[in-house]
Amino acid sequence: MKYETFKLLLPFVALGLCCGADWPQFRGPLTNNVATTDTPPTQVDQESIAWTADLEGRGASGPIIVGDKVFLTNTTGFRQDQLHVLCFDAKTGKQLWDRQFWATGRTQCHNKMCVATPTPASDGKRVFATFSSNDVVCLDLDGNLLWLRGLSHDYPNASNSLGMASSPIVVGETLIVPVENDDDSFTTGLDVKTGIARWRIKRPRVANWTSPAILKPAQGDETLVLLQSSEGVDAIYPETGETAWQYEQGAGRIPSTTVGDNTLYIPSNGLTALAPGSSSEPPKVLWQEQRLSPSTASPLVYQKKVFTVNRAGVLSCANPKDGELIWRLRLKGPFSATPIAAGNHLYLVNEKGLLQVVQIGEEEGKQTGEVDLKETILATPAIADNALFLRSDQHLWKVSSK
Amino acid sequence: MQQSRLLFCFLFVVGALTTVHADEVEQQIAKIKQVQKEGQGNQAASQAVQQLSQADAGALIPILKGFENANPLALNWLCGAFESVAAKSIQQKNLPKDKLEKFILDQSNNPRARRLAYETLIKVDPDASDRLIPGMINDPSVTLRRDAVQRLIDQAKELEEADKKSEAKQIYQQALTGATDADQVKAIVKPLRELGEKIDLQKHFGFLSDWMIVGPFDNSGKKGYDTVYPPEQQIDFSAGLEGKEGKVKWKSVNTEDDYGIFDIAKSISPYKGAVMYCAADFYSPGEQQLEIRLGTPNAWKIWVNGKLLFARNEYHRGMIMDQYSVPVTFQPGKNVILLKLCQNEQTENWAQRYQFQLRIARPSGTGVLSEKPEATTQLSK
Repeated sequence: MKYETFKLLLPFVALGLCCGADWPQFRGPLTNNVATTDTPPTQVDQESIAWTADLEGRGASGPIIVGDKVFLTNTTGFRQDQLHVLCFDAKTGKQLWDRQFWATGRTQCHNKMCVATPTPASDGKRVFATFSSNDVVCLDLDGNLLWLRGLSHDYPNASNSLGMASSPIVVGETLIVPVENDDDSFTTGLDVKTGIARWRIKRPRVANWTSPAILKPAQGDETLVLLQSSEGVDAIYPETGETAWQYEQGAGRIPSTTVGDNTLYIPSNGLTALAPGSSSEPPKVLWQEQRLSPSTASPLVYQKKVFTVNRAGVLSCANPKDGELIWRLRLKGPFSATPIAAGNHLYLVNEKGLLQVVQIGEEEGKQTGEVDLKETILATPAIADNALFLRSDQHLWKVSSK
Repeated sequence: MQQSRLLFCFLFVVGALTTVHADEVEQQIAKIKQVQKEGQGNQAASQAVQQLSQADAGALIPILKGFENANPLALNWLCGAFESVAAKSIQQKNLPKDKLEKFILDQSNNPRARRLAYETLIKVDPDASDRLIPGMINDPSVTLRRDAVQRLIDQAKELEEADKKSEAKQIYQQALTGATDADQVKAIVKPLRELGEKIDLQKHFGFLSDWMIVGPFDNSGKKGYDTVYPPEQQIDFSAGLEGKEGKVKWKSVNTEDDYGIFDIAKSISPYKGAVMYCAADFYSPGEQQLEIRLGTPNAWKIWVNGKLLFARNEYHRGMIMDQYSVPVTFQPGKNVILLKLCQNEQTENWAQRYQFQLRIARPSGTGVLSEKPEATTQLSK
């Protein structure tokens, strides 16, 4: 980079360092669980809780952050059929607005999850909230309704009696919404401006709780979206829904594929590392390792290492080149939330609400702090404003440096 | 003076330009109500809702009135517009509280619009809850009625704890008249039974308990779901049919379960890879638009008077009361309900249930009984 160009970019770099970046969807900006510029505290205790906001009803969706606003979904009502999109001030925790809608699809769920399980997404101008009822709501950042869809209203057999959990993602002008289940199973790409489908593709008729991931190619090629199912992973073009290539060796239906350094890490045959394919070439399996099989939480690639958490709450760190185990650390589980990473640390919150921070070492992982939020937490936290944002049914917390 | 006049003129012009007039409000509501499936009408509705969101508090009641006859999608668009206007009105402290309260109390208004009005009102007037809810024990709004029932349950519990059993019993009885949600009914029935009250829950909920049943037919490889077996073509209770394990005949079965569950696996046989057909009839005094409410962990299809109403090809994803609500129009007199229930061949412990429960209810959840309670026995005659 020339010096002159660097000078021009300097203010933006400074802005990024000082204000941090948004966390616009499930598993962050690149759907890889990693914060690019923010550094939440590495030593946490009860004093690290900057603010706590009260919530009503039920919600297992993660918070997202756009600018100085935190967006969240929840539901109220005995049948969880009143769907809410909430907005909070990221600095103070003050609730700025609450908009509610009625579920137009089924709201039956397994007791552990709830109708507000999918994490919302944003393109920086709009917030897209989806629910287990397959209602899709698009609001501007001030809470004004822009459009909505009722996908189970349109396709009545698109539902899951245990509940739908897949989170949507935004790529360019398309909102990708998975509606994969045992009966009328599909994924659709909605125009972010109108909510009208650009495409709708049939998907395997098996209940699926995984969320799409973004595959940004190293150079030149188009960005692809990875759709995981019991049959494997389909890489699709976000504008058309057409398939670019497929991995067909089967995959899990709860933890989702993660991308790191242009390699896919798929919950398949334990954990499978896959080199992406192309329209002319199939993807290539690099290695498969049973010992790295993730439980509910998705795998994570960070600092040239791959991490998974198993059923027993053991965090495994492996070499992403060959899957060889480097170290293991027993944490207090079980975990539903996916680990997230920033500043050479991993942040893991277990189902009992215990946030555990782990420093990543070359030869071992070391726990540097924990804070007990004492409530059930299933939602993957978000990182922004050099802080963590976590939610339970009852509360939204900001955890930051003192 | 001159400056004041200019300022007044300026404010008048700005006001005239930004205010959404009553006829415009109605026009925007009408545009929103045009939305249909697949996002049809979304663009026009989006423009309309954005304009409507700029309206003042005077638009709130017309928007709520607009819920009448709106499809579920349009209703949500109107929710969005209402909440934007209401949030602004609350901030400007000009929410029309009296009008909202009047709207809530008028049971002819749309139940969801009334609930939205209620939740908006209590944001600025929390005491409204004490004023409005106690009178709503038999309200057509499911959610308002639920709140009223809950108050009575809490009140009865307090009386029970104070050893005022007779008063508690009376309050529980009153609560039961409005309760339709299973959790509330359970919370009422347990103490009532302990207080010596006899309660027919099947009747309370409108469960069908007497069925004619035939099978098993073959569902190996889950192929039976789409296979048309003889009961789908003709219901003839005297006919012997070729089943999966030889000749099968229709037989009469009954369940005494409080929640109308008929367990095929326990009461008949734990069939695997099987299809069973269950028939019952429902007598209606006139044409009625009601709901068939079904709970089952098995794949199913349902017909009324020979017409397929809905089908669901899902196995072992749990079972709860009112798992599926299927709208139905019953004709006057006898209506024949045919349920096809499919069991797959999964071997896991959690995949062995083969059962169902079916009731007839109003959209509000209140159970509706067949005009002849002995209805299903009519089928075998």
